[in-house]
Amino acid sequence: MRAYKPKDDVQAKAYYTDRYYVAPQVPKSDVSEDAVFAADLEAIQAKFEVKEAYIQVEQMVVYINAHDIYGVLKFMRDELSYTQLSEMSAIDWLAKDDTFEIFYQMLSMTKRKRIRIKYFINNGEAVDSVEKLFRCADWSEREMFDMFGIQANNHPFMKRILMPYDWQGNPLLKTYPLEGDEFAAWYEVDKIYGKEARDVIGPEIRDTARVDRYDSERFARLGHEVPKGTEITGDEPANPQEYQEEGGVFLIKKYTKESSKIIDDPQR
Amino acid sequence: MAQIKNRLTPFFENISFDREDNELILNFGPQHPSAHGQLRLMLHLQQEMITKAHPDIGYLHRGMEKMAENMIYNEFMPTTDRMDYIASSSNNYGFALAVEKLIGLEVPRRAKVIRMMLLEINRLMSHLFWLATTALDIGAMTVFLFAFREREYLMDILEGYCGARLTHAAIRIGGVPLDIQDDFIVQLRNFLDKLPQNIKDYEDLLDTNRIWLMRMEEVGVIPTDMALSWGCTGPMLRASGVAWDIRKEEPYELYDEVEFNVPFSDKGDNFARYRIYMEEMRESAKILYQTIEMYEKCVINNETELMAHAPKYISAPKLDIMTQNYSLMQHFVLVTQGMRPPVGEVYVATESPKGELGFYINSQGGPYPYRLKLRAPSFWHTGILTDLLPGHYIPDVVAIIGTTNIVFGEVDR
Repeated sequence: MRAYKPKDDVQAKAYYTDRYYVAPQVPKSDVSEDAVFAADLEAIQAKFEVKEAYIQVEQMVVYINAHDIYGVLKFMRDELSYTQLSEMSAIDWLAKDDTFEIFYQMLSMTKRKRIRIKYFINNGEAVDSVEKLFRCADWSEREMFDMFGIQANNHPFMKRILMPYDWQGNPLLKTYPLEGDEFAAWYEVDKIYGKEARDVIGPEIRDTARVDRYDSERFARLGHEVPKGTEITGDEPANPQEYQEEGGVFLIKKYTKESSKIIDDPQR
Repeated sequence: MAQIKNRLTPFFENISFDREDNELILNFGPQHPSAHGQLRLMLHLQQEMITKAHPDIGYLHRGMEKMAENMIYNEFMPTTDRMDYIASSSNNYGFALAVEKLIGLEVPRRAKVIRMMLLEINRLMSHLFWLATTALDIGAMTVFLFAFREREYLMDILEGYCGARLTHAAIRIGGVPLDIQDDFIVQLRNFLDKLPQNIKDYEDLLDTNRIWLMRMEEVGVIPTDMALSWGCTGPMLRASGVAWDIRKEEPYELYDEVEFNVPFSDKGDNFARYRIYMEEMRESAKILYQTIEMYEKCVINNETELMAHAPKYISAPKLDIMTQNYSLMQHFVLVTQGMRPPVGEVYVATESPKGELGFYINSQGGPYPYRLKLRAPSFWHTGILTDLLPGHYIPDVVAIIGTTNIVFGEVDR
């Protein structure tokens, strides 16, 4: 029987893991260990509900409620001098519990501190756009929409940014295969030649390491080429390539393997 | 099979039409020599003035974040080269540092010095390339030839080190693979000794050049709040009045041991950015002189380690692998299965020549990252064109794109 492969996460998996392997954790420390972070967290906690907060690799991570995000970022920007949104995106946890985790990486240049604000949303829910606070969220949220299909409310231009506008599927979802899906395989064929050419051209092969031994037109059969359309049986006669005219050309002798001398004395 | 030309239903392909309100829509790119890559701009024009700009990206999208999720950590290293391919070691470094922070590795001192040398050489290469192409876009052919000559010299040094000119893959997680070659320091010194004169040559050609000044001064002014709001970093932010350099503020490697200045300006225009690139080249040269001294001290102190010692994550030195059975076994497992960093997440920002290059890695304890987000500075430096271009004229577009120093390997990833 074929081994069962889960469909909700088709990304590469470790082919072998020791059954007693327990992954170590990146150490987390308490927020009270850093005075600046502790003060910031206290200020945020006074106004908003904080679910969890800790320090990991010199940065504070704060979990909040999804509906508070606009307020929290506005408060952080105006009151706590976190003036830059470095990065924001999502993490796909659909296979685990049908949620997305959204993170916002904030930077304060006066305090030299970085805070990561995070929250969870359920599959199909939208996030609140923070584009009014940080203009860079305009493109980040579009990228998140493009890659995960997460909509942002109140966004001025919720369109795909990296993929074509008429693309189907969200490439960074764990359910999306690395080589692309059915739609991706036919996208360019349909677009350039039309659907009726599908039989002639075939789907686009995005696996660059693929070697097709029945391919009569590519390098795979170098030296054993056959006319196009010939049925491949596997015992085609060798058809060595000759790159020189018989008898050689002016000043250049014809090279033959038999007349060449192999020097096997390493000292010569 | 013949290609049916009109089968390609255009979104906006090559449309430029007059409208009732006398507005012209101009399609700039994606194949435009001065767009520095596959940038497409939809420009709404009133006469020659831009009223609305809509940058369209994605023509070089290769899905690197997706690839990262399907590659072991060391496998992804050469892919990072293809982000900012003008200064690829800085991408290697950003990724290596992020994984090292995740694992909690300490890199040997000699490797740190070599890394700093590579990073600053890359910064010089990137800035020289920026100067050359921007000057060429604006019409200064001589500067282009001069700057490429110097960049070629640096590329030769790096070719001697890692064998590649553009895609170096010269940094490994845990250190560097090789010591620098014998004539590296001699060649670097030769180059650095000539550099001040070279920079002066460029400045003599440009600083008082009327055409250059007209295209640069008071053009493309980015106010401080706009730069902050759009996530600008690096020279783009420093030209807008914020003296923020990650090398200085959150020092990594040995940047806290070297002396250098952070040039900044409060003008925010093209000319300010140009001046900052020139000054940064001088500062990089200063850092490189100091790293040469540090390297020579490492040699005297006999610090020969190049890779961190962490058998769980990093392969042993070649000699051990060839002579010790256990090292060979570990190397085999690390190559075939890959290292497994601890469960956790990390965001590490480094100062690449273009700005803040950040790597967010979420590890679930497997050999593949669960999520890897690349924070490329050029992405937002392209986005800012939406707000920056309106009010400018068509010729300014080329000058502004030039000084934003965007690289499309990094924008589209």
